[in-house]
Amino acid sequence: MLRFVLRRLQIALLVAITVSIVGFSLLRASGDIALVLAGENAKPEEVVRISHAYGLDKPLYMQYLDWGAKALSGDLGRSLFTNEPVTGLILDRLPVTIYVAVPALVISLLIAVPLGVLAATRPNTWIDRAALSFAVTGSALPSFWLALMLIYLFGVMLRWLPISGSDSWWHFVMPWITVAIGVIPLQMRLTRTGMLDVLSSDFIRTARAKGLSAASVMFKHALRNAILPVVSVAAVSLGFLLGNSLVVESVFALNGVGMLAYQSILRLDFPVVQSIIVFISFCYIFLTLMSDVINAKLDPRIGLR
Amino acid sequence: MTITQVRDTSVQPNGGSGHGAPLLDVRGLTVDIAVPAGTLHAVSDVSFAVNPGETFCIVGESGCGKTITSLAVMRLLPKTARIAAQRILFEGRDLLGLSDKEILGLRGNRLGMIFQDPMTSLNPVFTIGNQLEEVYLRHRNSGRREARERAEFLLEKVGIQSPAMRLGQYPHQLSGGLRQRMMIAMTLMCEPALLIADEPTTALDVTVQAQILQLLKNLQREFRTALILITHDLGIVARMADRVAIMYAGRVVETGTSAEIFAAPQHPYTRGLLACIPVPGSQGKRLGSIPGIVPSLIGENEGCMFRNRCPYAGESCRHGEIALRELSPGRGYRCILEPGHAISEATREPATTASQATVQ
Ligand SMILES: Nc1ncnc2c1ncn2[C@@H]1O[C@H](COP(=O)(O)OP(=O)(O)OP(=O)(O)O)[C@@H](O)[C@H]1O
Ligand SMILES: [Mg+2]
Repeated sequence: MLRFVLRRLQIALLVAITVSIVGFSLLRASGDIALVLAGENAKPEEVVRISHAYGLDKPLYMQYLDWGAKALSGDLGRSLFTNEPVTGLILDRLPVTIYVAVPALVISLLIAVPLGVLAATRPNTWIDRAALSFAVTGSALPSFWLALMLIYLFGVMLRWLPISGSDSWWHFVMPWITVAIGVIPLQMRLTRTGMLDVLSSDFIRTARAKGLSAASVMFKHALRNAILPVVSVAAVSLGFLLGNSLVVESVFALNGVGMLAYQSILRLDFPVVQSIIVFISFCYIFLTLMSDVINAKLDPRIGLR
Repeated sequence: MTITQVRDTSVQPNGGSGHGAPLLDVRGLTVDIAVPAGTLHAVSDVSFAVNPGETFCIVGESGCGKTITSLAVMRLLPKTARIAAQRILFEGRDLLGLSDKEILGLRGNRLGMIFQDPMTSLNPVFTIGNQLEEVYLRHRNSGRREARERAEFLLEKVGIQSPAMRLGQYPHQLSGGLRQRMMIAMTLMCEPALLIADEPTTALDVTVQAQILQLLKNLQREFRTALILITHDLGIVARMADRVAIMYAGRVVETGTSAEIFAAPQHPYTRGLLACIPVPGSQGKRLGSIPGIVPSLIGENEGCMFRNRCPYAGESCRHGEIALRELSPGRGYRCILEPGHAISEATREPATTASQATVQ
């Protein structure tokens, strides 16, 4: 198990370096930072001076290495606009984003997995079809539209829930619903397909021949085998939710990482954007590693490969 | 159907050697499966009885309904299957009349089943120990310790060294032969009165086959378990069976003791099969060497199902349902040929069949 994790960490490191290089290069190609810093009406000499002061006249790879060395020591630089340390900026915004993404994912799993199991035990019945229609509808609804509808229904008409801000957990209920409805369909269909597949296997017949209750056959013998892809996709979903929180954050006026990324991109605030890219890629890498470890725990055959 | 009615019918046991009621008494079992093309008559009017402690072999070529018959007894048929029978009496209770809960209490406890492919029959994500103990915990009021001890005891019984270590392993860490031993140990956890083994050695290589069969035989004696052994290998039948049912296209075409079947086969199909037994030393020939193909089981069929492959078939084989002729209790065959006629013919005709088979 340890060897497996170490090997995965090596791969993770390579991926992280690659992502940071690509991110760095693309960002540099997208605009001249010295020009941005100097302002639109600056004289050419001024631009050259700033360029030199920030080390922007060095070759690109040298700049990357400078950035990389500092990043490794925990210094992600300062925002070009507010001059605050980037680390602090991100850490300030992160809790809000996490507080939307993680509970939303948990809620969606709690709904999607039992629903998928139910659909698989009664394939092609009305329950199965209802679950499928729900899935198709859920994945077809754009989340900004869904968010606005929720605000209209629960916030404006019924006045049950606050419509913006992040002061109490009531403020997060609608973001959770919005995000969960986006995630549930895929999870549910994965569970259903996995279960249908597993339920026709020989060891399920063995479990039945042992006189085990239907619940034990379903939730012990079948689900443990069927859940592996769900775990992998849940990890990727969580990474996606952390990195793509902008829509939900902007509709519900939450000040999370998505908003920060959006503002920084508009302002070409290079150090912040670069750091967020690397941070998100680390999230993905960590989550994928976690899902692999969980799957190896769930299925003893995996760790060996 | 109530249990009192059931007791009435069990007074007149069918077949068997005569002393005492049979452990399992199946009468008129019919299983139809809904398939896209219509109704598949997988098992039609099958009757047999199994006495306590005996080995009963069900023999027939692929697709003749052996597995469906045993799944019907276990009440493990797929949802698309419809089951009907006069009775399936097990230990005096009609399995068809039991509630789901009652049948769950029997499975794994009084009724055990071993499947054909040990590679896929164990759950890959749980340890052997977990899977063995589970049955015991399910049916006995016992703690984990007792279940673990029972599991270790049985692993020793099925010839596995260092049981404690094996119980901590996962199925993928074991060979096919070991896994089948595990399956056997698992079904014996609660000492069932009846063990159904559906081609338990087909997926194993020949040396392992012999060991597993010997093991089954020894354990069956030791635990006094009745064994329904499903096979298409007449060599196994000769070694293992007390009594035999030969199946063809969903019907039992001949039943009798092992000695009766081998010495005086009555049904032309049985005789065809016997003619195909490999002579030691010669090239092995298995079932299915009789020329011709099995008719489709989908849709309605009339007359004898074997007639298109039968050397004696005539006009009268085409119509009606061919009745089972009972020669004595537990001895019968489903053919219009007279017993004497059939036996006298037997000396000549199977030779022809066999030569056809080798030419094929
Ligand atoms: N789930 C199912 N759905 C449809 N038809 C089935 C199903 N299971 C079995 N059958 C059909 O029922 C008939 C009897 O099948 P069964 O599995 O009992 O044969 P068998 O004698 O066990 O054969 P084998 O030696 O190959 O195991 C076959 O024609 C088979 O195609
Ligand atoms: Mg079979």
